[in-house]
Amino acid sequence: MDVLSFKRGLRDGVPIGLGYFAVSFTFGMMAVSGGLSTAQAVLISLTNLTSAGQFAGLDIIAAGGSYWEMALTQLIINLRYCLMSFSLAQKLQRNVPWGHRFFVAFGVTDEIFGVSASQEGRVSPFYNYGAMCVAVPGWSLGTLAGGISGNLLPAFVVSALSVAIYGMFLAVIIPPAKKNKAVLGVVAGAMGVSSLFAAVPVLKRVSSGFVIIITTVLVAGIAAYFCPVEEKEESTHES
Amino acid sequence: MSHNIYIYILVMSGVTYLIRMLPLALLRKEITSPFLKSFLYYVPYACLAAMTFPAILSSTASVASACAGFAVALYAAYKEKSLLTVALCACAAVFVTERIMGILL
Repeated sequence: MDVLSFKRGLRDGVPIGLGYFAVSFTFGMMAVSGGLSTAQAVLISLTNLTSAGQFAGLDIIAAGGSYWEMALTQLIINLRYCLMSFSLAQKLQRNVPWGHRFFVAFGVTDEIFGVSASQEGRVSPFYNYGAMCVAVPGWSLGTLAGGISGNLLPAFVVSALSVAIYGMFLAVIIPPAKKNKAVLGVVAGAMGVSSLFAAVPVLKRVSSGFVIIITTVLVAGIAAYFCPVEEKEESTHES
Repeated sequence: MSHNIYIYILVMSGVTYLIRMLPLALLRKEITSPFLKSFLYYVPYACLAAMTFPAILSSTASVASACAGFAVALYAAYKEKSLLTVALCACAAVFVTERIMGILL
């Protein structure tokens, strides 16, 4: 075991874990108000460890969507992890046993990928384990706290906290949109297309999960066709 | 609800894990297709933007407070504040707007 890397991972994981606690608190709250038990909400957080996917999944469960819709929604929303895993596969130390890759994979989130990608040289799996040791409890305990207190909190607090997740999403997408015109176009385009689905009578009947899938594939596809990413921009893909 | 909640959870976590695991376990070569690379690069932005708007408008008790939260979050994000700061600023804006509306109405 690489103790030094593990400790470094623990240290870098602390701010991640704190941030996760706050966001997953909202998740726990919304899950319980959507009809799930606190235990089920915590189970989702423990097994998924992803914000956008879990919130979208919650909508599908509440709407009674099909398993197929659930699978496809998770696939599209979490497709970014695929890219991160590709990148991490190049970054991991060459001499570590193969089995480690299966455990490292579980902890591929925007933030953990971000810190491990920013490490000098090749990264030890124990660095990721260290970060995961803080991030996973942060995410799960936040869900637990949110699930328990969601029903006890007054309505105005719940109302204010419900906007938190969207604030976090904006914090991820706006800074790159500021620097990159194509990303700005993608952000504005995706907001526009999903607004169409909310406003146009026939399109309104499409369920929320499919709206996200259709919008993402359409807008990202058009952007990829007309504004292919330059090689060096690849490294900006972290949040 | 006719669907089993635990099957939903199994589907969610299974798909999410496979997406993360397969590239790490199977592939050690880089993706070469420029289109695919670009597509994967744009996916998170398109997807998060689609999830945020217009859903944010109906997330709080009133459209007015949601708009305030949206505007403040946009500003804080534009100023490149951390995820946590942006989220808390948005919450505070919603809270304050609803208090002011409560006094005025």
